[in-house]
Amino acid sequence: MSLTPEELQRYSRHTLLPEVGVAGQERLKQARVLLVGTGGLGSPLALYLAAAGVGTLGLVDYDTVDASNLQRQVIHGTSDIGRKKLDSAADAIAEINPNVTVVRHEVALNSANALDIVRDYGVVADGTDNFPTRYLVNDACVLLGKPNAYGSIFRFEGQASVFAHQDGPCYRCLYPEPPPPGLVPSCAEGGVLGILPGVVGLIQATEVVKLILGIGETLKGRLLLYDALNMRFRELKLRRNPECPVCGDNPTVTKLVDYHQFCGMPTEIAPSEVRAKLSRGDDFMLIDVREPHEHQARNIPQALLIPLGTLPKRVSELDRSRQIVILCKSGMRSATACNLLRERGFPDVLNMRGGMDSWT
Amino acid sequence: MPHILIPAPLRQYAGGQSSVEAPGATVAEVLAALTSLHPDLRKHLFSDQGGLRSFVNIYVGDEDIRYLEKEQTAVGASETLTIVPSIAGGAR
Ligand SMILES: [Zn+2]
Repeated sequence: MSLTPEELQRYSRHTLLPEVGVAGQERLKQARVLLVGTGGLGSPLALYLAAAGVGTLGLVDYDTVDASNLQRQVIHGTSDIGRKKLDSAADAIAEINPNVTVVRHEVALNSANALDIVRDYGVVADGTDNFPTRYLVNDACVLLGKPNAYGSIFRFEGQASVFAHQDGPCYRCLYPEPPPPGLVPSCAEGGVLGILPGVVGLIQATEVVKLILGIGETLKGRLLLYDALNMRFRELKLRRNPECPVCGDNPTVTKLVDYHQFCGMPTEIAPSEVRAKLSRGDDFMLIDVREPHEHQARNIPQALLIPLGTLPKRVSELDRSRQIVILCKSGMRSATACNLLRERGFPDVLNMRGGMDSWT
Repeated sequence: MPHILIPAPLRQYAGGQSSVEAPGATVAEVLAALTSLHPDLRKHLFSDQGGLRSFVNIYVGDEDIRYLEKEQTAVGASETLTIVPSIAGGAR
């Protein structure tokens, strides 16, 4: 794929580098990179990889821009508040470099769609904010043989590495299992220095470019720890674990699994617990996905009726930040509804076990 | 005395300190001394069965103790022990 005169001029400071040259710039143009998340880490990744001339950037995000994002998610601006992050990011990329093709994946990555999405890319940069997606991205990368430029942040500290590259280790070699929910505070609870994802995201971007160009020494087999408060970089050795469940010598994970379950997140709730939540006045949304005639015959008054068939169209009525409990007659349709909402990025969705048949 | 680097997510259980000194000649001894100084750390480092949790890795110098002698790995008086828990943060 040869460069146009406009591109030759645009990338002249790259092509002057013997390690890049015109051939390297052409490789960047041919490259397809998947960015999982266009938030704190995804913002600098997308901006700099676009400027650097990566030909195709796939963006995975279903979220909208919120005022509290702007402190660190520099690809979005004040006038983007309320817009889809994908639209806002695509506009910013087009302004920086119209030569870049942006592929929008407006989904939450899950076991059903991850392989089909990741398959189309050469390199993945994981900038998600939750353990289920971290393990999902890792396993998809290992199964498909795609290198993963990994970055993670907390308060003033970051980690970066390159996983699933050649004979190197993967994320599961480092951490075979995630922490149980609640034991490690999340970014939302813990806070994060706005500049931190800039530094860590650009370390990931650097690794992406090196992986594409095949130059230098990547972070494969090394975990880089960055402490912004004390301005220290440290490096720890990583090894491929022969007993790793996904990249080890006798892997037990040979396809994608249910990562919510793997991460110990509850997927069901007992009717008695729903009753208790209602009487305590807990903040959650109760949704009945049965048909109107079933609802008329017998219902829980606090439940909002959204028949399963209409749910995809009515997702916008639901609040991602609240816990959602779904019920139907026996628990089957509500299980489908739960999966649908999880795919749309609802983090806390529970199926009422046994449905109205078990409601006494 | 060996130096222990406490990562940000666990600092609140170690009196807010980023680095702590605790005596011991092996990883097990140093961690025992650390968790007796800061008992709140115990459940974050060890499971109810007493083993090190699988989402917490311990390094002596730059080596993962899983590839050394695990908790029996020797720790020199001037060495640094680093606790590296998994963190998920990034996008939102
Ligand atoms: Zn592995």
